[in-house]
Amino acid sequence: TLTGGDSSSTTTGSASPVPNSYESLEGGGYSDLAAPPAGVPAKQAPPFGYNYPTVHPAYQQNPAPKPDPSPSHGGYNPPGYQPYSQPFPSLSELSSALGGLGGVSEQEAETLRPVNLLQERNILPPKRAPPPEPNLSNDLRKVNCSPDTFRCTLTNIPQTQALLNKARLPLGLLLHPFRDLTQLPVITSNTIVRCRSCRTYINPFVSFLDQRRWKCNLCYRVNDVPDEFMYNPVTRSYGEPHKRPEVQNSTVEFIASSDYMLRPPQPAVYLFLLDVSHNAVESGYLNVFCQSLLDNLEKLPGDTRTHIGFVTFDSTVHFYNLQEGLSQPQMLVVSDIDDVFIPTHDSLLVNLKESKELVKDLLNALPGMFTHTRETQSALGPALQAAYKLMSPTGGRVSVFQTQLPTLGAGHLQSREDPNLRSSTKNVLHLGPATDFYKKLALDCSGQQIGVDLFLLSSQYSDLASLACVSKYSAGSVFYYPSFHHVHNPAQTQKFQKDLQRYLTRKIGFEAVMRIRCTKGLSIHTFHGNFFVRSTDLLSLANVNPDSGFAVQMSIEESLADTSLACFQAALLYTSSKGKRRIRVHTLCLPVVSQLSEVFAGADIQAISCLLANMAIDRSISSSLSDARDALVNAVVDCLTAYRANGSNIQPSGLIAPAALRLFPLYVLALLKQKALRTGTSTRLDERVFSMCELKSQPLQQIMRMVHPDLYRIDNMTEQAALHLNDSVIPQPPLLQLTAEKLTREGAFLLDCGSVMYLWVGKGCNETFIRDVLGFQNYASLPSNMTEIPELQTTYSERTRAFISWLLESRTFLPAFHVVKDDASTKTSFFQHLVEDRTESAFSYYEFLLHIQQQMSK
Amino acid sequence: MAFTFAAFCYMLALLLTAALIFFAIWHIIAFDELKTDYKNPIDQCNTLNPLVLPEYLIHVFFCVMFLCAAEWLTLGLNMPLLAYHIWRYMSRPVMSGPGLYDPTTIMNADILAYCQKEGWCKLAFYLLSFFYYLYGMIYVLVSS
Repeated sequence: TLTGGDSSSTTTGSASPVPNSYESLEGGGYSDLAAPPAGVPAKQAPPFGYNYPTVHPAYQQNPAPKPDPSPSHGGYNPPGYQPYSQPFPSLSELSSALGGLGGVSEQEAETLRPVNLLQERNILPPKRAPPPEPNLSNDLRKVNCSPDTFRCTLTNIPQTQALLNKARLPLGLLLHPFRDLTQLPVITSNTIVRCRSCRTYINPFVSFLDQRRWKCNLCYRVNDVPDEFMYNPVTRSYGEPHKRPEVQNSTVEFIASSDYMLRPPQPAVYLFLLDVSHNAVESGYLNVFCQSLLDNLEKLPGDTRTHIGFVTFDSTVHFYNLQEGLSQPQMLVVSDIDDVFIPTHDSLLVNLKESKELVKDLLNALPGMFTHTRETQSALGPALQAAYKLMSPTGGRVSVFQTQLPTLGAGHLQSREDPNLRSSTKNVLHLGPATDFYKKLALDCSGQQIGVDLFLLSSQYSDLASLACVSKYSAGSVFYYPSFHHVHNPAQTQKFQKDLQRYLTRKIGFEAVMRIRCTKGLSIHTFHGNFFVRSTDLLSLANVNPDSGFAVQMSIEESLADTSLACFQAALLYTSSKGKRRIRVHTLCLPVVSQLSEVFAGADIQAISCLLANMAIDRSISSSLSDARDALVNAVVDCLTAYRANGSNIQPSGLIAPAALRLFPLYVLALLKQKALRTGTSTRLDERVFSMCELKSQPLQQIMRMVHPDLYRIDNMTEQAALHLNDSVIPQPPLLQLTAEKLTREGAFLLDCGSVMYLWVGKGCNETFIRDVLGFQNYASLPSNMTEIPELQTTYSERTRAFISWLLESRTFLPAFHVVKDDASTKTSFFQHLVEDRTESAFSYYEFLLHIQQQMSK
Repeated sequence: MAFTFAAFCYMLALLLTAALIFFAIWHIIAFDELKTDYKNPIDQCNTLNPLVLPEYLIHVFFCVMFLCAAEWLTLGLNMPLLAYHIWRYMSRPVMSGPGLYDPTTIMNADILAYCQKEGWCKLAFYLLSFFYYLYGMIYVLVSS
């Protein structure tokens, strides 16, 4: 049963007298870990079925899933695809012989197949490769956590730190813990079974020693099974604890009792902080915002206790009294911005249900109230301080809309960008904050469970590097719409509107903390993402939303030689928008290996690239951008050198990489050409900083699309190999490499970059396509600013729209769409994404490979 | 036994080094508390940051005193630490108040490990200098 109203008592089990209560809520780390009791007999004969196989994975004869051997596999394999045909017959014979012996599985042999990058022209698979499957038994694989939620850079964990260092690859996890899930088992039992010493939640990878005892897979402590756990409510049977849903699913949600609450669960509280200076009114965002909020007022996540408030600011701060019973909203102006105070106590944050009419009146009147304003200053700092004071009692979410540099009051900023240095090839300055006002404010907000989200809609430099701090440490999100204007830039306006729709209606969790636990021997040393690191493994998230991803880096403190499985558990304790305290637990299990070749075989190149991107951004802020770029190149050089040193004694010419890592140089080159890390091309500082924020806070799929977009040819899509879903036929054109070589004037190509999509139409594109899909007679009549595909009744149009909707299926933020003609000015932004091509300041892909080869031979 | 200015400097340095040893021990305990999750980084940084400049100023003060007393060897031994302090303070994170420690980055394992090592090294140095000043003071008192 849920007790929502009791005051809390901290949970037992954490021995240290911690004044910081959130630690004790979630349970401690290993500080009170005692040595395993000496009474445990050395030999356990577990009853059949209660234990999981602990045989070294290399000896398991798994029917490993075959890699993608579709016949249209591109040019690099001869037709009649043979898994082992390649230029190095001796190595392939060796690996196939080993595969037969059972020492190396087929899957592993495929991922270790050497690829000469200088000779293979087409290394891109026709479809985006799925994440590598860990080499586990089928039972474990079935219950293992979905890679969309929890992903590791190395699916085979090295046994020792020395082995990891030899591989020269980073070890880390990429998490997306609060992602929208279609199926989530929710456990409502009274007891939440956790390990006594390390406080790990029971998960599918524990071993049951007998019916009444279980062994933790993270600290190896033997625990008792409580009586309530013996009864399985799903199957109504007794005595089979291993069939309970907590032990059958690696992603579960527990309903937390009052032990997990420091205070009664807070209601949803939303505060909107709106810039109403002249600049803001000019840009016209207020109309879009008010309309969007009016449309979505019913759909704001919450219940009957939801509160809402509005604060507008220019050179003074304005509050709105929305007390139920007033005939219209009352504006209260506080002009003393050096010492902002809250004019009245009760009616600024009002119950949404009760004051709905007043809120609607305010939203309708707001755009009109400031049309003739002459205020050009912006007092963002004082407005944020006022918001903090207003929200401190409860916590909640503050959404800040800013259109210019804050110039007045505390936290005012100077323009630091020098436009002449935008294309500098040397160091880029001012990537870090200018003042710690916003960071300190974010920390205060985080302490009071207030999350601050920032929407920056400015056309001039607004020092996003300093402003973004207010969201970074309070677990908020940053949105940036450069050159936003409701008339001159309709594409941005549309995107803003669509983003607001998602932002206002998406799920939200309040007053959250997250803890990531690993098997004994592994430890986490660096965290990446928007949160505050409260202790060595506890992250404090004032708000948690389904669109943010996190990354952590790990090191191996002790040898993992005596275990064959390493497990990781992420537990997120949060208050849902309906005031229920929940714990979402994800558990991932991976095999431990002792051979360097196995480490390479299990490398997940997408996860590695994302983790390297996070590390590069940290390095560019703490040290310098050129350092970060060099470090990225060195990462590739070191890794391929390590592979070569470990491999056979054959030293062929060329650049050899294992198949698992064949896309590594390509992804690193794409990273070096990102707005965040590029030099030599003119990049505005705010856009660069925003690109850095995205790389650090987006989930993996979104980052990969941003870094290495998907290019398809869509004017000649056929039904061959199409998917048939729900009565519609979805064509599956192959992925093309990102080079202008693949573009042709006679075609139309779609570039999917995650947050924006381009449809490039060649000058000689066939008129059937232009007529049937785009609705215009010929190429010349295509407008230069088309932002959507019309719904025409032709097969071509249906097919194209089906394909695009299929691409957008599980996306949360819909991309902006641009139709780019070959001679339009927007074509530069399209061509910037073609990373394999040479630009005036960066290598082409082949040149980059030669550069790596040169570095390797030093 | 002549009570020269140099003797006075050494005596003062002795007392002040005791204070510096105290600061070093405080730092070690504080980082250990952070590492074992006993304290919250924000509170801990608020306690540690105000102590940084006083420590550096005390050290600068008796360097200046040794300069005035023309004790070149002692001054030479303290120069590296002075240079290190200056470098450390120049490369501190952006902060409005005095201090070196930023609560958002201090829980990073690399930085925490560095600060702990720094604490131990400084403790060793101050302890050694304590005995050196003791010897120096007696030598100066006796030899003139």
